[in-house]
Parts: sequence; C-alpha cells; structure tokens
Amino acid sequence: MIEVKDVSFTYPNGVDALKGVSLKIRDGEFVAIMGQNGAGKTTLVKHFNGLLKPTKGEVLVDGVNTQKVSVATLARKVGFVFQNPDHQLFCETVEDEVAFALRNFGFHERTIKKRVTWALNLLDLAEYRKTSPFMLSGGERKRVALASVLAWNPKVVILDEPTIGQDYKQKERLRQFIVQLTTQKKTVIIVTHDIEFVAECNPHVVLMAQGKILAEGDAKQMLTNPHLVAQTSIVPPQVTQIFLELADLGLPTDLIDIHEAKEALLTFLEVNS
Amino acid sequence: MSVFDGLRFRRVSSPIHRLDPRAKFFYVCIMFLVAILFHELLPLVVLFLIQVPFVFVAGVQREWIRSLRGALFLAVVIFAFNFLFGYLSPGGVPGITPPVNTHLEYLIILERSLAMALRFVVLVESFSVFFLTTSPDHLGLALEQSHVPYEFCFAFTTAVRFVPVLAEEAQTIMDAQKARGLELERGNFIKRVRNYIPILIPLIVNAIRRSLELAETMESRAWGATEKRTNLYVLRLKKSDYVLALMSILLLVVAVYIRLFLPVPRLAFILRI
Repeated sequence: MIEVKDVSFTYPNGVDALKGVSLKIRDGEFVAIMGQNGAGKTTLVKHFNGLLKPTKGEVLVDGVNTQKVSVATLARKVGFVFQNPDHQLFCETVEDEVAFALRNFGFHERTIKKRVTWALNLLDLAEYRKTSPFMLSGGERKRVALASVLAWNPKVVILDEPTIGQDYKQKERLRQFIVQLTTQKKTVIIVTHDIEFVAECNPHVVLMAQGKILAEGDAKQMLTNPHLVAQTSIVPPQVTQIFLELADLGLPTDLIDIHEAKEALLTFLEVNS
Repeated sequence: MSVFDGLRFRRVSSPIHRLDPRAKFFYVCIMFLVAILFHELLPLVVLFLIQVPFVFVAGVQREWIRSLRGALFLAVVIFAFNFLFGYLSPGGVPGITPPVNTHLEYLIILERSLAMALRFVVLVESFSVFFLTTSPDHLGLALEQSHVPYEFCFAFTTAVRFVPVLAEEAQTIMDAQKARGLELERGNFIKRVRNYIPILIPLIVNAIRRSLELAETMESRAWGATEKRTNLYVLRLKKSDYVLALMSILLLVVAVYIRLFLPVPRLAFILRI
C-alpha cells in the first residue's frame, strides 16, 4: 500500500509543485492520476519510488518511509516506466536492455535469461531479441521500456503518459495488458491526459490541479462532473459530452462507456416510441 | 548543476540588462586582464567588490550567489594546491627563501594561495554577471554585428540555448535509470565512471536526434535562402555603453599603472607583521 501523508514538495528553483497532498493507494488498485500540465502529477508519482523526497510530510510504501531507503531499494517494489523511452534505452540489444535492471538488482544469470524471455514474450518483442533498440519504431521502443520494468516483476507499476504517440491498436493492447496486471493483484498507477483511455479503462481517478488533489473517486463519478473536469482543464469523454448536450431530453448524464450509452439510448427509444 | 544555474539568463529588465552585449563583453575581458595582472590579495578583493553593485543593480543576487557557491569547490581546490605547492617548493614564490619557517613566510604563501582562489572567483563573478544579464539572442546579434559569419553565430546561440535543455534531460535520464536500479555512487572509481554510460548514451543519442530534427525544421522554414540577412533588431551603442567601456579602459590603465609604478601592499604589511 502507498500512503501519502500531507506531502508538500518544492523544487530547488522555488516552484511549489505539491501543496499538502494526502492519498492512499491500496494493493491491487488501478489508479489514474489526471490534471492539467504542471498540476504536479509526475512530481507526485516520483515520490512513490523515492526519486523525489517530500519537503514536508511523508510517503510510506508498504509501511516504509521513502526518506529512509534508496531509490534502488524502492525500485525493486515500485517499477516506473517513463514517458519517453529514449530517456532510458542505451544497450546494444533489446535483450540487454531488458536485462539491465535485473543485473542491477543482482539476479542470477539463469534467472535473468528466464525473466527476459518471459517479458519479451509478454510484450510481443521476442523477434527483436537481438535487435538494437534504436532500430525499433516509437511504439516498439515504448514496449521495450515497459518490458524492461516488468521483467523484475515489481508489485507496483507506474506508467507516465503511456498512451502518448500510440495508435488505437496499441492503446487497446495496453488497456488489456493493464487489466491483466490488475488480475495478477498488481497495483497499476497511470499518469495521463488521455480521457478517452481512462473512460475505457474505468480506474479509480485522482484529479489534480495546482499541486493539490481536487477530488478522487471512480472514473464515472469524476469524469462526468463538468465542474470538476473544467477545474482540471480536461474535457469529459465524447460519450459524456453527447449525453450532457442531450440532458434536456431526460437522458442520463453520468455515462462514460460506449456500451452503457448504447443501452441508455435503446431504452430511451423504446420508451418513447 | 548550480554552476549552470548561475550562468542561465532570465528575462528581466534592468540598466545592466539593457547594456549592449559588446560593451559588457569588453568589460568582462578587461576584468579578466586586470585579474591576471595581480597576485596580491588586496587588489583582487577590490576587483571582487567593485562588481557587486552591478549584481544588485541587475537584481540577480540569488543566481549570482548560486554561481559563486558552485565555484566554491574549485576555488577551495585552487587554494589547497597553491598552498601545498607553495609550501613544498617555496622557491617559486617571490619574497621567500626556502626553507619556510617564519610566520611571515607562511603568511606570504597563504596570501598568494588565497589570491589565486579569489582570482578564479573574480573571473567566475564577471562571467556570471555577463551571462545572467545577456540574452542568447542579444549575444548572437552582437556576434553578427561584429562580422562573425551568421552560420557560426547561429551555431553558437543554439548551443547556448540548449545547455539548460540538456541539463534537464540529463536529470530525467538519471531518474529513469535510477528507477531501474542503477546506483551512480556505488563501486570503486572505475565502476563509478562506468555507471555513467547508461546516462551518457541516451543523452548523446537524443542530442544528435534533436539536432537532426532541428536541421530539418529549419530547412523546411527556408534557412539560408537569402544570402544577405537583415535583422529586425539592430544593436546600437548608447551613452551608457560608452560610459561602461570608458570605465573599463580607465580601470585597466589604473591597474597597469599600479602594477608598474606603485608597490601593492601585502597582507603582512596590512596586518603589521
């Protein structure tokens, strides 16, 4: 469990990125942190693996205060996939790239080989095993970055803007993949602006603005509240927008899912015909 | 990265910011010359102090202090080496006949070492004032108007502009690799150097990639299409620029005169030992 207790964080240049944030993320939970640029989303998640330490307050990961342990120790539990894969790829082959963290954590060579094969198969990268990561497409590089984190099987997986630069098919694969992770009782935390993706995944949503948490709750409750959504400079999902426009007809306005919307429309047509 | 912070331009307006970069560069060069004319403490203290009003008029005290703090480590190294070698081979220090055994001789070595460290601080101070109060655009313009070929001016200003971007990117890459269990401070000297490979490769690859992209975007916006470029802004030397240049020349003349014809009081003399 990750527990954030009244955390404030100020960057060395004087910018107050977090102002008294408190949050609890339970084991096996799927959380989406949303908000405008500069709201403090990435700053907040960087506290979860100790990359940043709070200026005030404390962050506990499985009861351990992040101030008291190194990033390497926390990283064993909390995997962090950065937004841009090009910020981490450096090895000659995809295989070495995926094995990098495993070697840092001191895994046995035989285990490393097994884990690498497992992670490459999981993300459909087996054919690129001996390829240079620099020769791959953007989407493939992103998958290599993800594989390199999943390889050590962390309990918590943080994905920073995972859908940027991904086509619809890749996004759908990512969604299924996250579902798979949550069924394995892993905690998944995503930082994103992609409201349609969040609407399809239906996670627990945390809305942030100006270094504070505005509200949290289930996706439906958060994304269909025009007042809250406007405060975080995002627009409701398209399905919700249509139903908000049609509110005068007596249609429900708290829908984010296409299937739900279809049912609501069919019921409406049936009643009114 | 505090040394870089102390050299990073911030867009504010002050009489010092409005001075012509050529006049300011001339002043920096004179400061450089005068600083290397003296190896006694007193004139270097004076040189250090006469620049302080510039910092306050420009309102860049915080950044300036940060740059000095960044330079402190090297200043201490310079002091330590000068003191050590002054003691070990005092034959090179004027006014001392080996072996070193009187208080006065120790004081002479101490003064010389302090002066060398302060000379470095004075140089950092003047360059810091220059870079903190001169925008890269103005610097480029100044080079161009000094008949440096435009390609070189552009390359120079682009390089200056990308320094903070690269520093930020290096930090992100470090975070990304630390999140995969890399411990930069672990191991012996060779291992520690090797630890930086996962930081340097992505940094260099991204820098090359960025420069190629920049070249493409510039060519698509017709860079170099006309032989003779004109500028929207033209730098003109104002009265205040001439005043600064004259003051700089005066400082040089006075300094040369003192060096050649007047005895510079030593620390021992001031302390009456």
